[in-house]
Amino acid sequence: MSIKVENVSYIYNEGTPFETHALKNINFSINDKEFVGIIGHTGSGKSTLIQQLNGLLKPTSGDIYINGKKITDKNINLRDIRKEVGLVFQYPEYQLFEETIFKDIAFGPTNLNLDQEDIKERVYEAMDIVGLSRDLEDKSPFEVSGGQRRRIAIAGVLSMRPKVLILDEPTAGLDPRGRDEILMRIKKIHEKYTMITILVSHSMEDIAKYADKIIVMNNGEIAVSGTPREIFRQVDLLESIGLGIPQITYLARQLKNKGIEIPEDVLTVEEAKEYIARYLRGVHNV
Amino acid sequence: MFKNISIGQYIPGNSAVHNLDPRIKIIITFIFIASLFIITRFTGYIFILAYIYIVVQISKVPFSYVLKGLKPIIIILLLTVGLNMFFTPGGITIFMLGPLKVTTSGLRLAGFMALRLIFLIIGTSLLTLTTSPISLTDGIEHLLNPFKKIGIPAHELAMMMTIALRFIPTLIEETDKIMKAQMARGADFESGNLIKRAKNLIPLLVPLFISAFRRADELAIAMESRCYKGGENRTRMKQLHIENRDYIALVITIFMVAVLVWNRFWKW
Amino acid sequence: MVKKVAVLENIIKTEELSFRYFTEEKKENYILKNINIEFKKGQFIAIIGHNGSGKSTLAKQFNALLQPTKGKVYIKGMDTKDKEHLWDIRQTAGLIFQNPDNQIVAAIVEEDVAFGPENLGIDPDEIRKRVDFALESVGMIKYKDLAPHMLSGGQKQRIAIAGVIAMKPECIILDEPTAMLDPLGRKEVIDTITKLNKEEGITIILITHFMSEAVNADRVIVMDEGEVVLDGTPKEVFKEVEKLKNMGLDVPQVTELAYMLNQEGFLIPTDILTVDEMVRYICQ
Repeated sequence: MSIKVENVSYIYNEGTPFETHALKNINFSINDKEFVGIIGHTGSGKSTLIQQLNGLLKPTSGDIYINGKKITDKNINLRDIRKEVGLVFQYPEYQLFEETIFKDIAFGPTNLNLDQEDIKERVYEAMDIVGLSRDLEDKSPFEVSGGQRRRIAIAGVLSMRPKVLILDEPTAGLDPRGRDEILMRIKKIHEKYTMITILVSHSMEDIAKYADKIIVMNNGEIAVSGTPREIFRQVDLLESIGLGIPQITYLARQLKNKGIEIPEDVLTVEEAKEYIARYLRGVHNV
Repeated sequence: MFKNISIGQYIPGNSAVHNLDPRIKIIITFIFIASLFIITRFTGYIFILAYIYIVVQISKVPFSYVLKGLKPIIIILLLTVGLNMFFTPGGITIFMLGPLKVTTSGLRLAGFMALRLIFLIIGTSLLTLTTSPISLTDGIEHLLNPFKKIGIPAHELAMMMTIALRFIPTLIEETDKIMKAQMARGADFESGNLIKRAKNLIPLLVPLFISAFRRADELAIAMESRCYKGGENRTRMKQLHIENRDYIALVITIFMVAVLVWNRFWKW
Repeated sequence: MVKKVAVLENIIKTEELSFRYFTEEKKENYILKNINIEFKKGQFIAIIGHNGSGKSTLAKQFNALLQPTKGKVYIKGMDTKDKEHLWDIRQTAGLIFQNPDNQIVAAIVEEDVAFGPENLGIDPDEIRKRVDFALESVGMIKYKDLAPHMLSGGQKQRIAIAGVIAMKPECIILDEPTAMLDPLGRKEVIDTITKLNKEEGITIILITHFMSEAVNADRVIVMDEGEVVLDGTPKEVFKEVEKLKNMGLDVPQVTELAYMLNQEGFLIPTDILTVDEMVRYICQ
């Protein structure tokens, strides 16, 4: 599975006084099994970009290839794209509507005209993946907690068995524990089921932990892309965009400037601890 | 993308018509509509036309916008003309279209009805083209205030209109989001017959309604926490003032009505 | 007439505050359990806790949207159960909610800011002055004629804050005001309330689950299962790294680092909150 975006531009309200260039000449590719993070402010174009990938929006110019197939072609069946590329929006729990949790998760596969047995299998599988007990299947989605509703919504996309899973700010509105739980689950899903996972966020810390590759967007363009470590070395660029680096990475840079033996691209507290402990032992000759 | 939608037909401007007190404008519109029913001779419509022409000129609203308001009623217009043309008894038959006959009285009545309808729409269009929805709401609230004594909930109606205006763009945005989310799950809002398409709207309408109720609930709590206790002893920051131009507009309108009355009853 | 007292008086005081909704009288049903706290005028207080800890319910008690099941809540000496004082209490302690959209009533910014004073029956000219002052103090005066749906989340929250300021409160309670905002919006809101606290002396009670927002408060209160479990300065609270992590809360990364280094036997103070402090201690 691969994704290739070639010279994609997108313009809203073309020809009117409200014309906006939401995307300007975007080029990137994502390889099989990659976990990619897209980061940028509101208005950077990240939401517009992901909607191009499952055909909700069509580029004004440029092409997009999903697994070699050009989805920007005129005759493409959009339903086929959406089978392969699943998109979970922000606050997805607000799109639930069915009488029971089972039915809501089954909405996707039902739209694909699959038979009942197939649908049942997929719904249960999706519920297991997101950690929802099968006992809940006949309950109304509005009877359970907010956190569970979010999981139902994600299951509703997973039940379509997409090969690419895109999640737009899945941690929005959650407390620290909720955030960790959902990110760990997404990582598990990535490792077990989907082939490509794309996480859109404005939290550096979240993305740093899980992504193989990061694409930083600013003003409709890709400002920089690379591995988390490569990105975090570009502090000045990130700060000029208004994005920060994790506090611990900032600390590592300061310490490095003072001559301490620690790399600039430290991502986690654990890592920092190792280097600093080593330094302190050396200094105190412990 | 939806951030630039403005509500209704309002075209912002600074003309004398725009700046009239909204209460006066509403009253004038009512007088105007009522005056359309005084007319029994075609010549009366000439004065109406002249009045409209003057108002449009002063307001600087392009005439094409005024005519746009007629688009939605073209079918009703054609129906009115047709029905009156073919089915009015009396008068001299002009020609026959199979079993249907067109008479002079038919044509006359059809013409009258059509013109009445057209000017009615143009009159109300002019009101909404030159008055912002918020001004209109203020005007309606002030006009209904005296009727509070007989049980009309003027303040509550105005509050409902204000909140509706406030949330329409927000709800449009939300509809778009929900539509996209369901489409991402394979929902189809475009194909199928009328019944199928209505059914397909459920995944859109249910979340929208639920969200609307939730908003209403949260908004009510927020209003209470800012000391909202209904319309009693409530003041308004924006005050409406009647200026000279409002008196002048009223006088001109009443003068036109007088002319129409003369036109109707004077034996010429 | 409000008299300004030289001594730092209590703006909010709770006595054995317990609360449950219309459920059975059972210990588990209590969302708030025996809360005893006092907030002094002019302070910036942060209340943190995971979802379900009772912090939002507590916020609503301070604005008399909810009344105690047991115990009492006093806002500037007024009992929240006293119907007579209801509107005075809400005018003294304003409340800002989480969803930026669902607290804006009017279709034009300045009209929404005027909503509160209009409800209080204030003279129209005075309202005009207050609205302009309120919009200036949150930095949104240029937007006064715009429609709310054209604003960003952070801007909408600032309008909501202006709407409360226009009522001349002594205290503003904010219930997770930044939960639905992006980092830029969060910064806007936090900068605004910090400024209001420092420059206008308004007591700020910020309920949040973003630790970075609590780090600069005068006082931090941690809630868990309806009870106050930690109460002190940011340094005093955040050094309890293990306790906080067990409750599902975050600490600043440098604080966690200090804690870990301490576990390994290094003598680093556990109440380090900022990068600069950490750098200073390591480089001694």
